[in-house]
Amino acid sequence: MAIAELTLYQQAILLLAGLIALTSFLMLGQSRLVRLVSIFALQGCLLAAATALAATVLDYPHLYVSAALSFLLKGAVIPILLQRLIHRMGLHRVMDTIDHPARVMMAGSALVVFSYYVSLPVVRHSTLVTLNAIAVSLAVVLLGMLLMITRRQAVAHVVGFMSIENGLFFAAVVATYGMPMVVELGVAFDVLVAAVVFGVFFFQIRSSIDSLNVDQLSKLSEADQ
Amino acid sequence: MAWLLAILETLLFVGAAPLLAGWIKRVKCRLQNRKAPSVFQPYRDLLKLYRKQPIAPHPASWIFRAAPYIVFASTVLAAAIVPLVAVDLPTSRIADIIVLVGFFALGRTFQVLAGMDIGTAFGGMGSSREMTISSLAEPAMLMAVFTLTMSAHTTNLSQAMNYVLDTGLVLRPSFVFALGGLILVAIAETGRIPVDNPATHLELTMIHEAMILEYSGRWLALIEWASQIKLMLYGVLIANIFFPWGIAQDFSLTTLGYGMAMIALKLAVLALVLALSEALFAKMRIFRVQEYLGFAYLLSVLGMLSHIILETAR
Repeated sequence: MAIAELTLYQQAILLLAGLIALTSFLMLGQSRLVRLVSIFALQGCLLAAATALAATVLDYPHLYVSAALSFLLKGAVIPILLQRLIHRMGLHRVMDTIDHPARVMMAGSALVVFSYYVSLPVVRHSTLVTLNAIAVSLAVVLLGMLLMITRRQAVAHVVGFMSIENGLFFAAVVATYGMPMVVELGVAFDVLVAAVVFGVFFFQIRSSIDSLNVDQLSKLSEADQ
Repeated sequence: MAWLLAILETLLFVGAAPLLAGWIKRVKCRLQNRKAPSVFQPYRDLLKLYRKQPIAPHPASWIFRAAPYIVFASTVLAAAIVPLVAVDLPTSRIADIIVLVGFFALGRTFQVLAGMDIGTAFGGMGSSREMTISSLAEPAMLMAVFTLTMSAHTTNLSQAMNYVLDTGLVLRPSFVFALGGLILVAIAETGRIPVDNPATHLELTMIHEAMILEYSGRWLALIEWASQIKLMLYGVLIANIFFPWGIAQDFSLTTLGYGMAMIALKLAVLALVLALSEALFAKMRIFRVQEYLGFAYLLSVLGMLSHIILETAR
């Protein structure tokens, strides 16, 4: 169905899908950790808005609960937790340099095309209007992985991981009207617990290698002596 | 009748460009707590320059003398293509958006050649910077334009505007991205902050000013006027492609008057946004400009991808 035939609400969902993909790209290009976490929070808020809109369009009240949950956790609690960690570890001025920004961006665009190609057969056999966004959600997952690959700071890895979860959640919303409530609650609290555990891990990594740069994990400590 | 209207519209375009420049300057002065000059000050400046005798440096060749006229003429022709008050004018029917990009390229080429012609260090530096920026900005602009043409199924500007008007309000992700990309390109191409500062003559940062440093008198007036028209061209492009509501679709007097009022309003608002962003942001280092334009290109590519992924029927 062409976009002009959809209602404004459905168009708004597709627009939000586009913006979510944009935030993924922004994260890919952002070298400051504090801003990276802020963009992640923005992505969480956009995701919550898209979910709430889907709840309105599809008339699925239980999606409102997931929208509220994802706004609270991904838009507020986890970003605040991560910001606090960054400030406590004194990482708020650290630049996580990206080696070849242009190449990373090109790889990101290629991933979007790839996920479109992969999801094409799925979309063709369905009549669901929001299903066009499934390629975008797959792209968000892959872009999160790319973010984890291209970075050295452990905090950036955590943000990439969380954004993968965002992509999965978005896929569930646009493809199957959201997961069952039990699963959704479980995943949400898993993510929250993961954020806390990662926080503990940061301190562990830092106390053993004196840095959060994971490149140094490949060095043997005996080799220095 | 239609041709007469097209000529009148072009004259209005060319005549109103300094007014827009004056308005931007005025808003910017207000934002910076300075006393603002009159909005008609650019006209007075142009008149003063026009009355002065132009002086060509000794090593200057014919390129230096011809460049102001070519730059001005190509900009005026570009202004004739872009629908300002009414769509479906004969001038916009004979040329499409790729011709428009071509006119921009023609004017820029001669300006760059003129900058290098006299052989001063500043001219060459400005020219090389201008070419660097435009070689990065042009793909982004073309990509944004292609996103638009894929939705409208035409490269003709007035047909595209008619298409947007006919479909009514549709929230297209691709248009949002293309709008963002086009705004970034427009800022880079018209030499505004954060890419270039139009109000300074500081040697290390200037781009546009460095190229025209040797011009004086009416040649300088023509180049300044052309750059004001170019700024307005980008403003009208953005306003009329993405928000075409109010533009006249027939040639009756009331719709034309309404169209004129609407485009004036849209341009005033756009100028307000531009002045606000110029007051908020600082100029970038020249080596950051490629990151900035890379982002513009990314936005345009995302626009095209989101058109294919999210908007087409299958």
